Amino acid sequence: MARSTTPVRKAWRSLGWLAAIIVVLLGIQTAGALFAGWSWTPKLALDLEGGTRIVLQAQTAEDQTVTEEQLEQAVSIIRQRVDASGVSEAEIGTQGTNNIEVSIPGTPDRETLERLQSSSKLEFRAVILTGTPSSDASGDPTETPAPTDTATPAPTPTPTPSDDATPNPEPTDGSDPNWITPELQTAFDDFSCDQIDEVEANVAPTDEPLITCDDTGSIKYLLGPVEVEGADITDAFAGQDQGSQGINTGRWAVNIRFNPEGAAAIKDLTTRLLPLPEPRNQFGAVLDGRVITSPYVQAPSDQPSISGNFTQETATALASQLKFGALPVSFIVQSRDSISPTLGSSQLVSGLLAGLIGLILVVGYSFFQYRALASVTIASIVVAAVITYLVISILSWREGYRLSLAGVAGLIVAIGFTVDSFIVYFERIRDELRDGRGLVGAVEAGWKRALRTIYAAKGVNLLSAVVLAVLAVGSVRGFALTLGITVVIDVLIVVLFTHPMMQLIATTRFFSSGHPLSGLDPNALGAVYRGRAEFRTSTEARRSGANREAGRRQTIAERKAAEAAAADAVAMKAAAKADRAANSGGSSGGSKKKSKKGKR
Amino acid sequence: MASGITKFGNDLYTGERSVPFIRMRRIWLTIAAILMLAAVAVPFVRGGGDFGAGFNFGIEFRGGSQFQVSGASSIEPDLAEEAVHSVVPEAVVRVTSVGADGVRVQTDQLTDDQTLDVTEALQTAYDTDTVDDSFIGATWGADITRQALLGLGIFLLLAALLMAIYFRTWKMSAAAMLALLHDLVITVGVYAAVGFEITPAAMIGFLTILGFSLYDTVVVFDKIRENTSELGDDATRTFGETVNLAVNQTLVRSINTGVVAALPVAAILFIGAFVLGADTLRDISLALLVGTLIGTYSTPFVAAPLYTIFREREETIAARDKRTLALRAKSVSASNSGGATVNA
Repeated sequence: MARSTTPVRKAWRSLGWLAAIIVVLLGIQTAGALFAGWSWTPKLALDLEGGTRIVLQAQTAEDQTVTEEQLEQAVSIIRQRVDASGVSEAEIGTQGTNNIEVSIPGTPDRETLERLQSSSKLEFRAVILTGTPSSDASGDPTETPAPTDTATPAPTPTPTPSDDATPNPEPTDGSDPNWITPELQTAFDDFSCDQIDEVEANVAPTDEPLITCDDTGSIKYLLGPVEVEGADITDAFAGQDQGSQGINTGRWAVNIRFNPEGAAAIKDLTTRLLPLPEPRNQFGAVLDGRVITSPYVQAPSDQPSISGNFTQETATALASQLKFGALPVSFIVQSRDSISPTLGSSQLVSGLLAGLIGLILVVGYSFFQYRALASVTIASIVVAAVITYLVISILSWREGYRLSLAGVAGLIVAIGFTVDSFIVYFERIRDELRDGRGLVGAVEAGWKRALRTIYAAKGVNLLSAVVLAVLAVGSVRGFALTLGITVVIDVLIVVLFTHPMMQLIATTRFFSSGHPLSGLDPNALGAVYRGRAEFRTSTEARRSGANREAGRRQTIAERKAAEAAAADAVAMKAAAKADRAANSGGSSGGSKKKSKKGKR
Repeated sequence: MASGITKFGNDLYTGERSVPFIRMRRIWLTIAAILMLAAVAVPFVRGGGDFGAGFNFGIEFRGGSQFQVSGASSIEPDLAEEAVHSVVPEAVVRVTSVGADGVRVQTDQLTDDQTLDVTEALQTAYDTDTVDDSFIGATWGADITRQALLGLGIFLLLAALLMAIYFRTWKMSAAAMLALLHDLVITVGVYAAVGFEITPAAMIGFLTILGFSLYDTVVVFDKIRENTSELGDDATRTFGETVNLAVNQTLVRSINTGVVAALPVAAILFIGAFVLGADTLRDISLALLVGTLIGTYSTPFVAAPLYTIFREREETIAARDKRTLALRAKSVSASNSGGATVNA
């Protein structure tokens, strides 16, 4: 008895572990649903939920590659743009090595699309007018950035009398107040910074003035035409201010370096602005239509440095905005895919339907092949399904995974792959039964051999899933991920559920007696009795040596007699075998029943 | 009845019945070689000498605009053509109907304005509100393919290494890889021959075949390893016979795993063929179905014979086989001359 209880105890322990895993997963999901606003269903990808997916591809020259850093910066800039356009729940991420994928729920309007696709622009424009926004004072006055940052006041402005004296409508340079037409003045007066997100509000041709705000919305500007393009910047970096005597002042500043063309232009600009009155001695760095900084000119320079109330972080941030503000690389739209919610849900339904049909087919085939044993398969699939569902759901809410149609396909395909490992196991048990073991022994011996095979085979499967998930892009990744998850769960189920279940049912009379419907009928499996408690492995063994030849030399009558004897022997063996199986299973009732059957 | 298959399985297990996978390996390997050659030749012939032109690449590889009309009042393809030509007269239009009320329209790449106009024209033509549009740059598919090929290369390397370590012989690894190559080439060849559209989803399918094909091979090779490791000096079977028995013993298992893997795939294919928008499902499953069947077939017919050929040339194995055969011949002649010593 003790011998048979050990596997049983082990089985219950494994099942306990499995239950613990399910409880933990269920706990996480429940806690998420209660406290973190999770839903009980996994988040769906756009192709199932409906929405628009845009893939932007970085454009690089032949021998250039996009660095990961550049791509990340582009993502954060695009994210700002999308957020600014008021689209909620957009997801922006990198895809592969040089793509950015933007997923927007619903169908975005054309303006949003254009805003997203237009390449970002950094420009330097001279300031003509500044003001505080007329509407809600969302900007805190003490936070007013760049202008007040400048420690030293600007040199005394030299007024240019010609400005007022001659009402010349043609502005002579980018700082000329003659840019201000009455309409522009009205527009500027009426402008409030919360209009900035409205399309085209802060867009102007490069040779026209621009009305816009700073990026906190606390100051509005009227800016002259573009003086220097952001593309002319070769580098921007944060550093400690050197002061006028070259002594480190300990203050943080942002240094900008230009290409020769840009350097000449910025030198001209700063030379021109220096003598101008406030606020016209400022210039604005405009990123995507917003002023990110507007320093005063303290001295003409072709290698300007912007100083102010910077910390290391803010200086670095501004430097990278200046350097990469215009997207670090230009992008083109590689694909745009919009799927209506109706089409999305119909795809989901068809995916689920396919899964259901596949499941029914697999279950049907299992019953056909393995009879009652198939119930173990089905129970295993159910447990695997529960765990998979929880894992996918938790992943989608915690890790941002989204279930796509390709992912659903991966799950369906996984049904077959999961059942495959049960088949490997069952066939091993059958092999052991054929070798004449009792069911309990066959389960244990078969398990040892099957497990090795399952580990190796599933290892290969997992390897393919991991490699694909890491390297592939888009839908391939979604598919690989679900496939990988199911491989791991599959192994878990085989170890913690299917095998323990087999250990347990091996002790029941129905299975251990080898009932014809159990799928483990030793008779049907052709287990052959050889001697007292010994079964022959195979007729192959008989082939060697003389007896095969002896058999060949028997007369027909002799052979027939031998065959009849063999047939009897088979029946007896089966009976004896059943006894053994039943005994080892600890059930004596079964043995009686079986031996009766054997005599018939 | 199952008992028929079970009986078959029993006979295969004992060796009473056996399929001559190894003995007739020349035939099987020749068939495999011919199939592979054909698979490579077909795209050449179809493409008129240009290998790439032999395949029917999906819109993701060609680039273009695509419209999906659902809830259409009719699925008359001419309506779509007229609708597109009313906006862009010179556009090349491909129309496929999907299910009872779905139409998919593919055109050259259109501008945003044209796209909107075509959408409206299609809505009017098919009397429905639900027209989804998408456009795909011609490099998109190439991009996916490049990543997929990279993945393929790395996977093959790692898998070959893993199997060599697990089986402790690179020969099993090499045989499995060759069989895998066989599966991939033939699957791709089938795609070229039938003219199935190659889409990124089909690429997913191809890549998944790798996993399944190797899975099947590992299961069978594990049994081969188990059986051949028991071969000693007193072996009664040659190496080839041992491998053959192992393959036969796992045959029912291979058939069952193949069928079970193929069933859900077939279900996906069935649904994907009839439901609009489920193209992803259809493309993945088509590649998978073809690959699963070939993958199941190739293990006994290609991988195992190859492995036998690789190993049989080894000196120790060749010597042992020779001894085994000699012993067998001796026992035959002994029993012929010695007469009846029947110890059954």
